Amino acid sequence: MAMLHIVNQSPFERDSLASCLTLSLPGAGILLIEDAVVAVRTGSRVAEDLLAAMTDRHIYALGPDLDARGIARDTILPGIRCVDYAGFVQLTTEHNTLQSWL
Amino acid sequence: MPSSPPTKRFLCVNRKAPHGTGYAAEALEAVLMTAAFDQRLSLAFLDDGVYQLVQGQDTSDIGLKHFSATFKALGDFDVRTVYVDVESLEARGLTPSDLLPLHYEDEADDWAVKDLIQWVTRAQLAEIMDAQDVVLSF
Repeated sequence: MAMLHIVNQSPFERDSLASCLTLSLPGAGILLIEDAVVAVRTGSRVAEDLLAAMTDRHIYALGPDLDARGIARDTILPGIRCVDYAGFVQLTTEHNTLQSWL
Repeated sequence: MPSSPPTKRFLCVNRKAPHGTGYAAEALEAVLMTAAFDQRLSLAFLDDGVYQLVQGQDTSDIGLKHFSATFKALGDFDVRTVYVDVESLEARGLTPSDLLPLHYEDEADDWAVKDLIQWVTRAQLAEIMDAQDVVLSF
């Protein structure tokens, strides 16, 4: 399967997510962890970019990191898939290569 | 007879400016280590990573080692390709002539001196990344 991109930086502080979105191919998975999960809240400045990316890529957010930041599931963009730590591991095994955007 | 270990395609992705954090120096160490194990290794410089290759860096007054000169040795470690994202250059007001010229001597071509750097667009870089077995991210 395609590449899994892992982003851990807030899109409001760094360009990691923006670069990931321009450099990922259709079919790729993008997993948001740590501070990057703040991107998924409905109405955020990067929401439109994520919605556009979800037309041909899968976007995941790590649940424990959402919880830690008080981001309730009913406030996140439709189409974002929440995963737990086991789901994180599962994703890494389902993709051929991993790319971290630090 | 032990079989030779499999060769994989490694890409070292450099996205950080050189001296503010340790990422760039660590990346270079990882590159030299990977090369020592005879893997197919290439490097990519994009986003602020392009600053690592800028000519004329002088770190003598900030107390840090000037490691960019080491990039000139990449050819000796059998690195044959260094990809540089031209869109990242343009966004920073840089041009290819601002970067260190990097070369290698091609053993298969009577030691002809050839350019290591390939100028690529982000679209090309996306395909290059996708074709790797292992991506080392810095």
